[in-house]
Amino acid sequence: MSLQLERRKAVQTDEVAGYERMLEIREFENQINGLFAAGLIRGTTHLCLGQEALDIALAAELRPTDTVMATYRGHGVALALGLTPESVLGEIMGKTIGCCGGVGGSMHLADMTLGLLPTSAIVGGGIPIAAGAGLAYQLLGQDNVGVAVFGDGATNIGAFHEGLNLAAIWNLPVIFVCDNNVYGEYSRIDKTTPLEDLHVRAESYKMAHYAVDGMDVLATRKGIKEAVDRARSGGGPTLIEAKTYRFAGHSRADKALYRPEGELEKWMERDPIKLTEENLTKRGLLDSAKIEKMRADMVKTIEGVVATCQAAPDPTVASMFENVFTK
Amino acid sequence: MAAMQFRQAIVNALADEMRTDPTVMLFGEDVAEAEGPFKTSEGLLAEFGPVRVRDTPISEMGFTGAAVGAAILGAKPVVEIMFIEFLGVALDQVVTEAAKMRYLSNGKLSVPMVVRASCGSGLGFGSQHSQTLENWFTATPGLKLIMLSDAQAAYSLTRAAIQDPDPVVILEPRILYAKRGEVDKNLKIEIGKARVMREGSEITIVSSGQMVDVCKSAIEESGVNAELIDLATIIPWDRQTVLKSVKKTGRLVVVEEAPLSGGWGSEIVATVASSLFGELKAAPFRITSPDIPVPYSGPLETRYIPTKEDVARQLKEVIATGKTPKTWWEMEGLK
Repeated sequence: MSLQLERRKAVQTDEVAGYERMLEIREFENQINGLFAAGLIRGTTHLCLGQEALDIALAAELRPTDTVMATYRGHGVALALGLTPESVLGEIMGKTIGCCGGVGGSMHLADMTLGLLPTSAIVGGGIPIAAGAGLAYQLLGQDNVGVAVFGDGATNIGAFHEGLNLAAIWNLPVIFVCDNNVYGEYSRIDKTTPLEDLHVRAESYKMAHYAVDGMDVLATRKGIKEAVDRARSGGGPTLIEAKTYRFAGHSRADKALYRPEGELEKWMERDPIKLTEENLTKRGLLDSAKIEKMRADMVKTIEGVVATCQAAPDPTVASMFENVFTK
Repeated sequence: MAAMQFRQAIVNALADEMRTDPTVMLFGEDVAEAEGPFKTSEGLLAEFGPVRVRDTPISEMGFTGAAVGAAILGAKPVVEIMFIEFLGVALDQVVTEAAKMRYLSNGKLSVPMVVRASCGSGLGFGSQHSQTLENWFTATPGLKLIMLSDAQAAYSLTRAAIQDPDPVVILEPRILYAKRGEVDKNLKIEIGKARVMREGSEITIVSSGQMVDVCKSAIEESGVNAELIDLATIIPWDRQTVLKSVKKTGRLVVVEEAPLSGGWGSEIVATVASSLFGELKAAPFRITSPDIPVPYSGPLETRYIPTKEDVARQLKEVIATGKTPKTWWEMEGLK
């Protein structure tokens, strides 16, 4: 089994491994900030700090043969699904060891062996594509599931409505997962959307829908499992709204000064990592000494990943001419 | 060989591919029960059933995007866009998603999808249903673009496009659907290969789509011994065939249905001028429609598209004088 698939299996079978992966994502994202400041990453990045629970829940409940079409805010989902930190950071640093060989960058992460299509940097762009994955599974008689992960802002774009409508009329095995982190770029959702609960938009398509507490891994897993079971058994698509919060700004230039005072602090009280620690401690799976050690180890691990990626070679000039066409 | 209408050649190509490959599917607006607004899917629902032949909502972004996903995951979807203009709302899926997937997956996946769309002027559909719009796609590496000119091209290139592992856009000049032509089902036309329709020595004409027939008539009317090339694949285009021909004739005219500015013909003229400058007997030039929307009125639309009379005039003029002929609208002081 490849290292990537082993990483995936760990999250599927072991809650403590799932917690550890959340720590990995958190530490990874924290490091990205520093690497930007040091000029080692170019372009832009979109951090998922605070949204780690959903990524872990998806990785735990989906099979590697299911297809995930996620977004430019994709470091967390890629790591959760099993990509190695070296292949993700390597890609973000534009190196050969990156999952796309360095031609993709932060917004385009992929690993077909784990079911991760190249993440899309177009808001809503992946939603009909995930429906299409479901269409292929329906045609080919496979019991896999297509999954679109997108933000709250995407529910105002045509692709969302067209993708949901198509999945509904064709009863496709698809899960639409809206990661509602309250902000679409720099705008709070109440300025752009006349609804608080976005999942009710599925009503218009006679589609199953509900919200989950996106800060709570177990609650999110339960919601995703219900939708996966429905899709696999021919019951059609589901729209899930995971209520989360973006601890960082939209992208690297955004300090998120537009947030009402106290809003971030209030959400941070329900930091998904903290909630998971409390839950696992209560159940005897973790204790404070273990947590401290895991956190310290992860800092070192990611430091090692950064060093590896910094030392990795840049892609050859010839490599950018490859893979434009199959033939 | 069999004589059939252009639209029937498309039906035959789709049916033969669907018989050969069970992963080929067709969807679009009114393609199933109604058998296509231009009858290009006649009999397909009956033969292949509702899983493989589907009507969609009027939702180009949705179903074109679904084709991208289905293609990646093992299906070979053909989507029909009723009028090429309707692809405007779904360009993201073609240009920014489908054409980038292979690159962004480091070569791990491919997108074997086909987008078919009717296009072009001449039938009085007005300015929002009569454009060719092939130039929307010409600067998109990762995408292949075909414009059909007759029944044989319709059959052979539609099959080639479905078999191709990469995303292909096929433009079908609407005015040709009812036109009959001979089709040899065993004749293969490769994507990226131009078709030499007539050999000649005095000038090379490069054209595509419904302009190929116009050029044939113009050659007859002018008496110029022209070599006529149907470019067939607009991206990637067949440099070798075009350059070989112009090397022989020493002259080039590109005849396009689209408006003057920003056309693919400019690329061909530029390539020929750069590569064969010292060997040319006249400056390469283009015959196109003027930079205006397609007008509705019959007499106006007839003048709008390059006509056989105007192409014949320009052919004779360039041979006689070696100078680039003026456009008809310049001659009439209209621009």
